[in-house]
Amino acid sequence: MYRRHSFLGALWRHGVLLVFVAFALFPILWVISASFNPANTLVGQGLIPPNPSLDNYREVFTSEQYPIALWIKNSVVIGLITSTLVVIMTSFAAYAFSRFRFKGRRTGLFASLLVQVFPQMLAAVSIYLLVLSIGRLIPALGINTHAGLIMVYLGGAMGVNAWLMKGYFDTIPNSLEESAMIDGASPFQAFFMIILPLARPILAVVFLLQFIGVYSELILASVLITSTEKYTLAVGLQLFIQDQYASRWGVFAAASVLGALPIVLLFVFLQKYLVTGLISGAVKG
Amino acid sequence: MAKLIKGIFLGIFNVVIIWIALFLYSHGAYWILLLLLLGAALVNFIFISERGYPYRYLLPASFFMILLVVYPIIYTVYVSVTNYGTGNILSKEQVIAQLQERRIHDGDAGSYSYTAYRDDQGQLWFLFTGPQGELLLGHAGQLERVQEGDASLNRLAEFTELTRADLVRATNEISALSFALDETSQLQMRNINSFGVYRPQYQYSRERDELLDLESGIIYQPVLGYFQAPDGTRLTPGFREVIGLQNFRKLFSNPQVTGPFMRVFIWTVQWALLSVGCTFAVGLFLAILLNDPYLRWRRFYRAVLILPYAVPAFISALIWRGLFHTELGVINRILKATIGSGVPWLQDPVWAKVALVILNLWLGFPYMMIVCLGALQSINQEMYEAALVDGASSWQQFRHITLPLLMVSVAPLLIASFSFNFNNFSVIYLLTRGRPPIVGAQTPAGHTDILISYTYRLAFESGRGVDYGLASAVTLVIFLITGTLTFINFRFTGALEEVRKNV
Repeated sequence: MYRRHSFLGALWRHGVLLVFVAFALFPILWVISASFNPANTLVGQGLIPPNPSLDNYREVFTSEQYPIALWIKNSVVIGLITSTLVVIMTSFAAYAFSRFRFKGRRTGLFASLLVQVFPQMLAAVSIYLLVLSIGRLIPALGINTHAGLIMVYLGGAMGVNAWLMKGYFDTIPNSLEESAMIDGASPFQAFFMIILPLARPILAVVFLLQFIGVYSELILASVLITSTEKYTLAVGLQLFIQDQYASRWGVFAAASVLGALPIVLLFVFLQKYLVTGLISGAVKG
Repeated sequence: MAKLIKGIFLGIFNVVIIWIALFLYSHGAYWILLLLLLGAALVNFIFISERGYPYRYLLPASFFMILLVVYPIIYTVYVSVTNYGTGNILSKEQVIAQLQERRIHDGDAGSYSYTAYRDDQGQLWFLFTGPQGELLLGHAGQLERVQEGDASLNRLAEFTELTRADLVRATNEISALSFALDETSQLQMRNINSFGVYRPQYQYSRERDELLDLESGIIYQPVLGYFQAPDGTRLTPGFREVIGLQNFRKLFSNPQVTGPFMRVFIWTVQWALLSVGCTFAVGLFLAILLNDPYLRWRRFYRAVLILPYAVPAFISALIWRGLFHTELGVINRILKATIGSGVPWLQDPVWAKVALVILNLWLGFPYMMIVCLGALQSINQEMYEAALVDGASSWQQFRHITLPLLMVSVAPLLIASFSFNFNNFSVIYLLTRGRPPIVGAQTPAGHTDILISYTYRLAFESGRGVDYGLASAVTLVIFLITGTLTFINFRFTGALEEVRKNV
């Protein structure tokens, strides 16, 4: 299908690609530039700031009215806790689906697929009312608590994750556990000491996808979290900028750069794993 | 050892369950209590019986799935057949209790003049003189009949008597007070000079389930969430009640609701199609360029073109909103400098949609590019050699080899992407918030609202009050559509797997 290019052939190809490179990079560069521009406004911004400074970044860390650094920390913490718990719970479930034969196995697998069809955020109204009543019983899990939000995210743990993991476990031969059990290991020990270490790549994929998903989740977080100091970045940042582009652009840009950093780094270093997961049907939030 | 851990775990678990059960019992939540006990019994069985072994692994994930996904779905179905929303938040019992608290002034009972006093603690005391000249001492909601010269009356002399100016200042405080005259009637402030007798306006009859207006004699009966008089007058607030398929009927037959709903629906489909179409076209085009072994700097291009995908979408959307800013945004500045005039990106219905599609193209083309690159590499190169021998042109090769083979692996992802964009709340919400609004809509609908953002606004953001019932009905419509799509997708992939096996 491909042939060596003539000069013109190479020219138009690089021309087209450079147009798309510009399209892809422009917003990113524009924001990085704004984040170093002390003017803190959209008005008259150029691509290279005249007197670059770190004022905007300082504002992100020190503003009392809008504790953006705290929001980033909230998002990271919620993301880490949720992803860890999801990986643990899902690996258990996926192991059962992969290794045991029991009543309700097919139904369970099918149910976790159905769950994917009904994105949790669609039921935001019901979830809000549910968390409200859970909060009356256990205040620590109620509205406006991080624990409550994490609990809600755990509900979506099955679904695509269970399938991804089950698929991977299926490729690990049974004989490994069998020989371990002959040596006296319990099924749980076999799972914990043999299968889990072997399944590290898929555990990493699920962890990452979950982290990115939770980090960017907007609808449930904005419904369930109501006080400023508990916002996640996704909720806080949009309230912070809310049509105030003229007066808060610089600080917003600095917050965007800092807020995007965790995910961009994860993405750059773990691209190979992520792409596998994405192609198998997961969608980034 | 393992047995011991299991024992301790079950012990703690059962203690916690008993604690919750007692709490539920004391609050009278018997149905939830029953479910809780059934669930607890199941857990105990799973951990004690050997047959329950596999289920131990499934327990944590299933628990959260049932509590936070399955239950909310069932609850959504329930809410969609009720009138739950502003004006109908309370239960029927609460509404009856509230209506029975309403009182009307009884003019026949005459008026009570009064003198007010304040004691050392700042508490208010009242001495009322009734229509027949009887004396009543009022304090803290209670009335006491007194005679001239009583000891309790003499105590008043020690308190400060309120002057007329004091009374004016304390009007709000005093008018909030009431004193029980008998079982049903109360004394309440009528004006600055006097108190009046207030009787309950409504009497509820439990046997006949109706409210009697004691003043006018009109009988109100419960109809679809309101107490309603024969002439159709409704008492507010209403109560929440199952109203059957009313919400769905409203969605499909009330012109002020249906009009906006259909517009939102059509735009949702257009939006999902445009998003998938544009990102796929660009992604595939770039993938074909980058898959070319003769192209230089491929790795550089690939690495840079993936970048938009690495930025969290909620941040990108907010950044783009700044770029699209009509007066100050860089896009309009460039347009003004080159073609002389800017574009009202977020104010005009059509341009707002264009802005959304551009944003989603930026967000989504890297994903399609990655996916297509992967799929292209799996195509057997011998096919092209055979095509070359047969003298096929580049376009023919693309049309008859690349595209069909690519589709085998990419089509399910396209359908998944369609479903994802169908419910792509954050992009819409963050860039346009559904604006500009549709003029004359009874529900809060905007030109760029998709079904999910429309639902969100119905439930949480409407200035005219929230409508959980209608929002849940729309949610179920979305469930139905995405569910069907995913089902088709499974059938599709399943069928394709069979085809591959046969080959």
